[in-house]
Parts: sequence; structure tokens; C-alpha cells
Amino acid sequence: MALWKPDPSFYPSPKMAMQAPPERHAYVAALNYGRNDQPDAICVVDLDESSGSYGTVLNKMDLPNVGDELHHFGWNACSSALCPFAPHPHLERRYLVVPGIRSSRLYIIDTKPDPTKPHIAKVIEPEEMMAKSGYSRPHTVHCGPDAIYISAMGSANGEDGPGGIFMLDHFSFEVKGPWEIGRGDQELAYDFWWHLAEDVLVSSEWAKPHQFENGLVPEDLLANKYGHRLHFWDLRKRKLAQTIDLGAEHQMVLELRPAHDPRKSYGFAGVVISTEDLSASIWLWHQKDGEWKMDKVITIPPVPAAEEELPPALKPFAAVPPLVSDIDLSLDDRFLYISCWGTGELLQYDVSDPLNPKLVGKVAIGGIVNKKAHPKSDGPLLGGPQMVEISRDGKRVYFTNSLYSTWDDQFYPDKMGGWMVKVNVNPDGGMDLDPDFFVDFGETRVHQIRLEGGDASTDSFCYPS
Amino acid sequence: MIAPLGPWLAMLGFGAFHGLNPGMGWLFALSLGLQQQREKVIWLALIPIAAGHALAIGLAAVLVLLGLQVISLTTLQWLTAAILFVFGLYKLFNYYRHPRWVGMKVGFGDLFLWSFLMATAHGAGLMVIPALIGVAGMDMDHAGHGHHMSGEELDMLLAVGLHTGAMLCVMGATAWVVYRKFGLAILRQHWINFDLIWAGALLVAAAIAAWMAW
Repeated sequence: MALWKPDPSFYPSPKMAMQAPPERHAYVAALNYGRNDQPDAICVVDLDESSGSYGTVLNKMDLPNVGDELHHFGWNACSSALCPFAPHPHLERRYLVVPGIRSSRLYIIDTKPDPTKPHIAKVIEPEEMMAKSGYSRPHTVHCGPDAIYISAMGSANGEDGPGGIFMLDHFSFEVKGPWEIGRGDQELAYDFWWHLAEDVLVSSEWAKPHQFENGLVPEDLLANKYGHRLHFWDLRKRKLAQTIDLGAEHQMVLELRPAHDPRKSYGFAGVVISTEDLSASIWLWHQKDGEWKMDKVITIPPVPAAEEELPPALKPFAAVPPLVSDIDLSLDDRFLYISCWGTGELLQYDVSDPLNPKLVGKVAIGGIVNKKAHPKSDGPLLGGPQMVEISRDGKRVYFTNSLYSTWDDQFYPDKMGGWMVKVNVNPDGGMDLDPDFFVDFGETRVHQIRLEGGDASTDSFCYPS
Repeated sequence: MIAPLGPWLAMLGFGAFHGLNPGMGWLFALSLGLQQQREKVIWLALIPIAAGHALAIGLAAVLVLLGLQVISLTTLQWLTAAILFVFGLYKLFNYYRHPRWVGMKVGFGDLFLWSFLMATAHGAGLMVIPALIGVAGMDMDHAGHGHHMSGEELDMLLAVGLHTGAMLCVMGATAWVVYRKFGLAILRQHWINFDLIWAGALLVAAAIAAWMAW
């Protein structure tokens, strides 16, 4: 059915998106990799505070296959559909594009007619996905103005690379092919996002499939063989324009969060670990004299710990690294949230002055050594803040605790289960863990969260606030 | 008599209709103005957009003139009706697809070519062919079947100018009203599905061409 008015969840500017009604439910990627041959699922969590089932799993949509390993996923369409150079305002934010990072299978999940009871609309099998895209291990999904863009970690033959980005047709969900026309020496892939107003795409580097699929490879980490570069691409010409090396010791440049306001051309990148001192860091990219520049703006040090408290992989270091595995920027570009998965902390920085972030809030939960409990949890918690999602209005932050199946087992070897919590944000900075919101997923682990109607890591805007 | 004025009014009306379509240019100009925080940018951007559109319409005028050299007026009208009907049907079922060519960082050359591409790919020139045939056909009647081509060419040029002028006026007025009065909220609330209306307009133009040929 053709829409006569734009999808009501599309917003021309970030400011208008912030005035949106609060989200009523979340879609959460739930994984059962290696557990009793159970398939992964998309769980629908009730976020409506006035509802009797608030803070519980309303529905669990099991996938038909086992071993997909759900990780990141995204909407088929979002506010970028209003961009003037490729306007598709009558698309619907309706389908979730859900890749299996281990299986290379893509699920297109329909959230209509009942958004709390999603169902599978289409499955793109791994053979087709790899043959048409040229890639395997699909990862980040972004709704672009002209297509759905998906990053992938491996190459089509299932081998190590190069990884890159491919496109999915907006309307038919057909795989259109690889996005890059000139990749230069870019080989490692992970996250990507863009400054649409600048025609610039930014991509980051994690690792080759053999370096993450069966767990972190300590020798490769100590030899600085994980990714440590950021790539700036010409979004129009689909060509690599500039690469910045953060330094080989800055291992695993993961999440990228460009400023939402299209008039601002800067953004933040998180680095998991420095092999020099186990610290994690946040970097700012910005333009100077027509060139992109990266500055380290936040350093988060490791915390000393007794050897007997540490998992085998960390015993030689006698410290817990923060392991920054996700970051997220509020829609007003004011607060940056940082997940310290190792130390069990969610940090909130005021980044109004992006070159000089100020720590304004902190909550502690889980952690390799602390195992800090939630008021509603059944004792100490394993895992730590991982995938973070901020509500459009910036007042609520949700996060889950699982990183990636084999890595979970390395850093939290005592059989980690899945949980999701919520944080209430003070408008002027500062935040508190919501004592009433604790979703226990049992043995099932949970990763990325997508909020109904969009969130702070979904939409891109072409009009300034 | 209103009849001789018909094709001219159609060129004027289609100009206003094309100008109103956000996909033909005013939205792009508006976003550039907002991005650079200068109202002047909107007006400057509209000029190459209108010129690109005029080129697409001009191309249709050339096709009509060439067509009249080789086939009869009636045949040309039937042919136009058939092409418009097929293209209109195609657009009806593919109204949501648009070519992607530029990004957001554009110069005047980019805007000119983008506008030409949008107008051509969406059939803006095709849509006005029945009216252009009307303009040319009338002149042929007066001039005695194509002995003085300069008269037709001049009329066509005038028609293209009239169309472009109307388009530019409506585009500019719309961009200005949105920029100054309504703001961006209008994009969420009142951006009706122009692509579907456009497909309908192509089919209406097909019907008019068929009626003229009858």
C-alpha cells in the first residue's frame, strides 16, 4: 500500500526527532550460540511505563536456523529518506534487517501489523548473500537515503577479506552488490557511518574473521594485528579518500558516532584497548584545512586486580582493561555514553565541546572483578555494559551485557547469562540506574537494542536543527 | 476562443506543477540554504535547477520538431499517447524509485545536471509533449504545413520559456514559504506522495494526447 504522507517516524532534523513521543518497546538481538542447539531470536521488550508488562519480554521471535549469531541489525528506512538528493519519504520504517554474523544469513523481519509480534518477511541465504555482495559476516546495517548499506567482515569465499560494505535494495531487499569502487589498501572492516551533508563515509577496523570467530587471539593482539585505522570515503564516488592510522598499539577501532547535526563535521570513535597500557580511548575526527584529523580526547585507564580474580586471558596483566566496546551519542550531540565492558561501568561525558569532553555521569554494573548486582538481579552479575542505545529524547539509556559469544566466554568464563537494564538521565548531566528495570534473559545472551521509531544510532539527517 | 490558448496554458500549468514537486528541486535548494544558513543560497541554487529542467523540456521540444519533419501530426500525437501511457503505467508501479546521482555537496554544474537527469528520468519532458505538439501544430496550421520552420521554433522556445518561468516562480515561492513561514515540520506533515500524483499526471497527459489525435 502506498503511503500518502511520510512515515511519521521520519524527522527532517535531530531536534525534531528529539520531540518524538517516547518509545514503547525495544527489539533486542538474543543469541543462543552453542547452547542446546537453540536458534537465536529477536525479543520484544515492553518499554511503556504505563503498561502492566513494562520491563518484560512481550514476545520472542525464534529464527528458523541454528547458529546465526545475531549481532547488529537496523531498520530498512529512517529519517535519511527525507534527504533532498534521493527523497523516498513514503518508504516505511517497518522492516528490521537482521544479519547473522556467523552464518552470513540475512533476515528481513516485518514489524507490521502488530509491532510486538514481528515475523520473517524474507530470508537471504548465505550462498546468495555472499555470491551477490562479494562479502561474508555481515555486521552493521544503516538505512541510507538510496539503499540499505551493510558492512561485512569477510570476503565472499568465506575467507579473511577484504571486508567492506554492500548494498541492499530499499524496496525489494535484493542484494545489489559491493559498495566500494576504489578501496585502496583498506582490508579490515567493522562499523561505518557517514556525514551525509559532507558526502563522506567513515569506516573502522576490527579484525579478520579468523581473529574473532573462535575468540580473541592473544598473540595477534600483542603483535598489534587487529585494526587500528579509520577510513574516510567519498560517498559520491564510492572511493577511499583518506586513511588515518591511530597507532598500531590502539587495537580495535570499533564504533563510530558522527555528530547528528548535519552542520557539524566531527564524530567519535572508540578504541577497545591499547597494547601499551591496557587503556581504552575515544578519538575525535574533525576537519582541518580540508584534511581529516584524529585527536585522542578521552583515555580510560585499566584497574589493577588480583591475579586470582581474573580470567586466564588477563592473569598475566594483573589488571582489568576497560574494554570499551560501544559508544553512543545523544541526538543533541551533547552526551557521549561509553560502555566499559571489562570494568563494568557506563560513563557519560558532556561533549558539547567535542575536543574537551567532561565526565558527568557514571553507573556501575557487572564487570570482570566487581560483578556488581542490580537491585532486581538475583545476585552478582556477569558481563558489563555493552550495546548502548539512547532514546530519541535523550532521557533514557538502555544497555545489554553480551559482546560476542566466544569473547563472552573468554572474559566471563563462568557462564554468562543475558540481561538488559535502563538508565535515567538528568537533563543537565548525570544519570542513575533505574532500580525497577531489569530484564533477565536467563541463559540467552542479548546484544544490540533497536527502539521503536528509531534511536540515537539509527537515523541520519540532511536538515540542520 | 480558449482553444488556441489551451496548449500555452498547459505549458504554464505543467510548469507550476513541476515546480511544486519537491523532487524536482525546491527541496534541494532549501536544504542547501539551511545547511549554509544563507537564504541567498536557496535563490542561487534554483537558477541551475530551473536551467537543467528547461534543457529537459527543450529536448522534448526538439523531438517534437524533428518528429513533425518525418511523420504527420496525428501520428505523432498517437505515438506520444502510446509512449506516455506505457511510461505512466511503469511509473505507477515504480513511483518510489529515483535515480541517485549527486550527494549534498554540489556546485552549480552538479545541480544543473541533476535537475536535467531528474526531469528526464521522471518524464517531465515527456509529460509536456502533447502541449508542445499543440503549440507547434497551431503554428503549422497558420504557416501552411511547415514551410516556415522559424515560426514553430520560436513558439517552442517561448513555450519552454513560459514553462520554465512558471516552474521557477512556483519553486521559489514554495521554498521561500517553507523557509520563512512553515519550517521543516511541513516535510513530515504535508509531503504528500507527489511521485504517485506524477504517475497519474503522465497518464492524464497520455489521455490528452489521444484525445487530440482522435
